[in-house]
Amino acid sequence: MRPGYAFWVSFLIVLMIVSVVAQAEEPALPAGLEPVGKSSSEPALPVGLEPSLPAGLDSVGERTQEPALPSGLEPALPEGLGAAPFNEENDSASALRKESPLQFHGFWDVRAGSRITSDPAQAKDATLGEMRLQLKTDKDWDRVFIEFTGDALFDAIEERARIDLRQLRLTWTPVESLDIRIGRQVLTWGTGDMLFINDLFPKDWRSYFSGRDVEYLKAPSNAARIGWFNEIMNVEVVYTPRFNPDRYITGKRFSYFSPMHGKTVGRKQQVHTIEPDDWFDNDEIAVRLYRNLGSAQLALYGYSGYWKSPGGMQLFPSRAIFPKLRVYGASIRGALGKGIANLEFGYYDSYQDRSGSSPFINNSEIRFLAGYEREIGHEFTAGIQYYLEYMQQYKAYKKTLPFFMKARDRDRHLITLRLTKQLLQQNLILSLFAYASPSDSDSYLRPNVSYKINDNWTVDFGGNIFMGRQRHTFFGQFEDNTNVYAGARVAF
Amino acid sequence: MIKHAKMMLLATCLITLTCSALAQDAPSVDEIIKKANHAAYYQGSDGRAKVKMSIKDKQGNVREREFFILRRNADDKDEEQQFYVYFNSPADVREMVFMVWKHVGKDDDRWLYLPALDAVRQIAATDKRTSFVGSTFFYEDVSGRSIEEDVHELVETTDNFYVIKNTPKNPGSVEFDSYKVYIHKTTFIPVKVEYEKGGNIYRVGEAQKVDTIDGFPTVTKNVMKDLNSGSETTIEYLKVDYNVGIPENIYTERFMRRAPRQYLN
Repeated sequence: MRPGYAFWVSFLIVLMIVSVVAQAEEPALPAGLEPVGKSSSEPALPVGLEPSLPAGLDSVGERTQEPALPSGLEPALPEGLGAAPFNEENDSASALRKESPLQFHGFWDVRAGSRITSDPAQAKDATLGEMRLQLKTDKDWDRVFIEFTGDALFDAIEERARIDLRQLRLTWTPVESLDIRIGRQVLTWGTGDMLFINDLFPKDWRSYFSGRDVEYLKAPSNAARIGWFNEIMNVEVVYTPRFNPDRYITGKRFSYFSPMHGKTVGRKQQVHTIEPDDWFDNDEIAVRLYRNLGSAQLALYGYSGYWKSPGGMQLFPSRAIFPKLRVYGASIRGALGKGIANLEFGYYDSYQDRSGSSPFINNSEIRFLAGYEREIGHEFTAGIQYYLEYMQQYKAYKKTLPFFMKARDRDRHLITLRLTKQLLQQNLILSLFAYASPSDSDSYLRPNVSYKINDNWTVDFGGNIFMGRQRHTFFGQFEDNTNVYAGARVAF
Repeated sequence: MIKHAKMMLLATCLITLTCSALAQDAPSVDEIIKKANHAAYYQGSDGRAKVKMSIKDKQGNVREREFFILRRNADDKDEEQQFYVYFNSPADVREMVFMVWKHVGKDDDRWLYLPALDAVRQIAATDKRTSFVGSTFFYEDVSGRSIEEDVHELVETTDNFYVIKNTPKNPGSVEFDSYKVYIHKTTFIPVKVEYEKGGNIYRVGEAQKVDTIDGFPTVTKNVMKDLNSGSETTIEYLKVDYNVGIPENIYTERFMRRAPRQYLN
């Protein structure tokens, strides 16, 4: 009997082991496909899930035997983590940071650009040559927050240094639904991509044409922005007590077509303007009402102020002027198919000459744009827009236009194309933004290559290429300003 | 002989008992997947984390990003969610905000706020399997891949893990053939994920540290390796809170333009 008993016991043990092993490998993995090294393919348990406990001895079971934790020591921690709560160390670190005084961020940027052919209207080929230091800081109290961004600039073309205050803004939330933001600030709204209908905040076309970072397309405003936010309709009002015009092309660095001279002129025939500049008298007000419909956004706009770039002329003495302007508009933007679609229109009421009978004040216009953007490949997006400027009183315009000036078309059609491709883990960005007008037969191409060398350093180069069949069209007049540029930036 | 028979019977019973006991313990695949999805992406009614991301390329160059994520569950079904991502560094993206309304069954809505231009852009890119801020993590790794997108199969149960093989229902929409997830049995935390294409594992994600925060076991260190490019990204959660009470209106244009500072420190 003894040998028999031993046999059965060992048989049972073997049988049980086999069955356990068989169960462990049970789900679908045929023996042999799963090598002995199975346990090595199994991930190690991360810190915090260790040690692996046998069933029945899991941590929940253990904890029930422990005394209940007094409040303040909760939550219960798993073994191996000791008594230090997870967030403690970092809390003290951030507390330290909070006590420290103002922190400065910003960048140092050097860039240069030049015309590719010489321009008879300009003495210098260089279009850009500058070194810029930007410093940013902020400070917050309970409901008040102050931000500062300032640029110190040495301009090698003008051979002078200057300060460009980008932002000095106070944000105050007196009640939960209200944001009041007062001071110097960059303001943007509307749905267009590098086309602006209802965004009548100042643009810096000189920066845009010269190869500065695209953020400099927006010039700061001295304004108060009041936002009231609610479920039905959000309301934003921007009040600018003293007119902030665009930083428009004056001929100083970039040549333009002068209808008075009938040719492209530059540094010697710069635009002289009369700017409305009385505080509270020459003010601007811009309003936006908007709400979401799902993820789409519907917006209504209103503006009362002036044409932002010169929109007319006075003859004696010859000065460019900024006629009064009101704009009413609307926009919608949202997902459509696999991309984002937007529609926007605006009525430009040039009400100092509604009839269009004065040749020296811009006609009223209807402006419209439709855009669509989507991904067309891996980290590759394309955007296309159609844009129209429709002149209201074309007959009157034609009739009163001085004989020496070339008439524009009633409609100015414009197509834009944006292509953006990201490579090398998004560190290399190839982009092209192109404007082309079939009615003006002109175009403006903005190719750019930008590479992030590391977290601090970025280099980029690109071009501003203007082409036109005629000298007097919107982009055609800038043909001699075609330039290439390169820049390097270290951010901190 | 009778004794032998009794022994056999006993052995059979034992085996049967063990079998049925094991069978009862194992939850269904759907249950495992749902619990893992919950543990990884939906714990608490909302969550806030300060995140440090280190992206290391094949040459060993390291790029770092630091940002806050404010996550809010928009329903009780572990489906709709909102994410608000506020960047602290690197310097060139400081104060930039990336906002997502995550949907199940249709494309997410995404927006970007560029502070220097004061511009809010709705983003056209819908591909969830592209790099998140240049890292080896995809958008989908950060916000979660819908469990409806794959067929799930329990291929193995080990002492610590349920091993689930996931095969995409629409293979054309993804770059992998399948992926295997090792789900921790007691916490349902997905500890390791291996993406496979043509029989090769080419992308591996691993939870390296788990802390219990506000009662929720939470992955606080996560690594994703791209074996093809040799790059890897480590995400460390420096600070995590649950049930913060983040209001729904934080996920709107207003708060992209005016960062809700009370939640970002």
